[in-house]
Amino acid sequence: MSDLKELYQEVILDHQKHPRNFGSLSDATHRQEGYNPLCGDRIIVYVKLLNNRIEGIAFQGSGCAISTASASMMTEAVKGKTIEEAEALFHAFHELVTGKPSETSACGKRPPLGKLAVFSGVREFPVRVKCATLAWHTLRAALMGWQGTVSTE
Amino acid sequence: MSQLSAPTLRSLNNPPTPAWSPEDLREEFPILQRLVRGRRLVYLDNAATTQKPRVVIESLVRYYQELNANVHRGIHYLSERATEAFEQTRRAVQRFIGSRSAREIIFTRGTTESINLVAWSFGRQFLKSGDEILITHLEHHSNIVPWQMLCQERGTILRVVPLTPDGELDWMAFERLVNEKTKLISVAHVSNVLGTVNPVREIVRVGHAVGAKVLVDGAQAAPHLPVNVQELDCDFYVFSAHKMYGPTGVGVLYGKEELLEAMPPYQGGGDMIASVTFERTTYNVLPYKFEAGTPNIADVVAFKAALDFLDQLGMEQISAYEDQLLHYALQALDEVPGLVIYGRPQYRCGAIAFNLDGIHPHDLGTILDQEGIAIRTGHHCAQPLMDWLGVAATARASLAVYNSRQDIDELIAGLHRARMFFRL
Ligand SMILES: Cc1ncc(COP(=O)(O)O)c(C=O)c1O
Repeated sequence: MSDLKELYQEVILDHQKHPRNFGSLSDATHRQEGYNPLCGDRIIVYVKLLNNRIEGIAFQGSGCAISTASASMMTEAVKGKTIEEAEALFHAFHELVTGKPSETSACGKRPPLGKLAVFSGVREFPVRVKCATLAWHTLRAALMGWQGTVSTE
Repeated sequence: MSQLSAPTLRSLNNPPTPAWSPEDLREEFPILQRLVRGRRLVYLDNAATTQKPRVVIESLVRYYQELNANVHRGIHYLSERATEAFEQTRRAVQRFIGSRSAREIIFTRGTTESINLVAWSFGRQFLKSGDEILITHLEHHSNIVPWQMLCQERGTILRVVPLTPDGELDWMAFERLVNEKTKLISVAHVSNVLGTVNPVREIVRVGHAVGAKVLVDGAQAAPHLPVNVQELDCDFYVFSAHKMYGPTGVGVLYGKEELLEAMPPYQGGGDMIASVTFERTTYNVLPYKFEAGTPNIADVVAFKAALDFLDQLGMEQISAYEDQLLHYALQALDEVPGLVIYGRPQYRCGAIAFNLDGIHPHDLGTILDQEGIAIRTGHHCAQPLMDWLGVAATARASLAVYNSRQDIDELIAGLHRARMFFRL
């Protein structure tokens, strides 16, 4: 049970029950859909980008506790950040949940994860990494102006 | 529906008593002796694949240690023996499903390949633009996608029979959808999600009345119910060895001989030919016409051990035992607060799909897994069915002969702990 308690920390259960920034964003400049074919979870991330900065962000969708809490906490973490700062945070988060250096680990320091550190328990559950990163992949795709739905596969 | 009999279910008044106990059977499965995450393994993902009894594993080892050679080719001792063992399995399959001749038994890689073979060979030979293929809303992707591919290529039309709120085939809609353009009906004998047993014999009767051929996807029926293809009178019956205690990589396509004779080969290569010149190649006789290249000899040989295992237990007894256990599980699950069971078909076997209010199935799967309880969560390769249910995913517990009430009790206890964990 101890690994489970690590995985489902209080903060995560709280965000699952009361997701923040949940809903759509009427003045969004970017909208992106994400999909995890393994569990069928879908998410939509809305971003309002102004002068390279994430002025507003929201998400919709239904998913497991890990993916919902991750999306919720991501929106809190990246609001007000520049695209580059959000990207750096993504890599730091990715390293945290996979326990492996991210693709661009060579370039530069990682920003502090702050509250996102509660996701460290995911590392012990490799099949759940995709749940934790779905929102992040979707956000990145939104910022890069991808077409279509991003998939975790 | 009530006047329809589910032909493969025995009378409930007089269930045969098995001469074995699930606890004894458990001993026959080496993997069930190991601990998973420090716990006794509660394996309830049998619809995905079953575990293998010792006799099957030993048969595999024995094949490689004592018999290994290519089949149908050599005149040396080992090749003869390997061929004999390979063909023995074919005859065992023939007996197991009650087909008329061993020529009607084609070995494939699995249910998926069997269906693709029919779609490719039967489809291209007999279906043309405007013809209709009828499937149901509860099919596995492997009984949807090959037909879609065929329809794209040939201009055939795919029609789908809806379900009743209980998760049964909507019989009235089915009868309305069948017409003289219907050339093929392809249905699951048993749903891998809801456990629904379809009235296959009646479906065949209605299909034949308009001249349609009927393929039955028996992947989830062959491990649980006595199957007799002559009684069902279906034109094709397909299933996978790995879901019935046999090795992975072996599937069966049963087809009526005259139909198989009329169908072109699926793949070209060795074994499937009678003679080859650059000008003209003639094809081998059934069943070899459809078995190009070196087959999965070892696993086919070991599949016979699985069929013997099932024969020894008795399909009637298996069906009766699992039916009792299934109803024990349904009752126990119904008592868990916030638990929804999907589908209430009158005739069912094998699988139970459910969700716990407030817990996503993926989280539930992780929590149960920590206690050594293996269930499946997700869409079960049946996304149209998930859409019909209005969910993205469900949890699924599915049974095998070695499952006991203890396994069900542990599942239920795990569900209660999951609810506590999520403060429900
Ligand atoms: C009803 C049904 N049809 C087809 C299949 C496909 O079987 P296989 O993956 O062995 O080819 C499955 C198994 O997943 C199934 O449950």
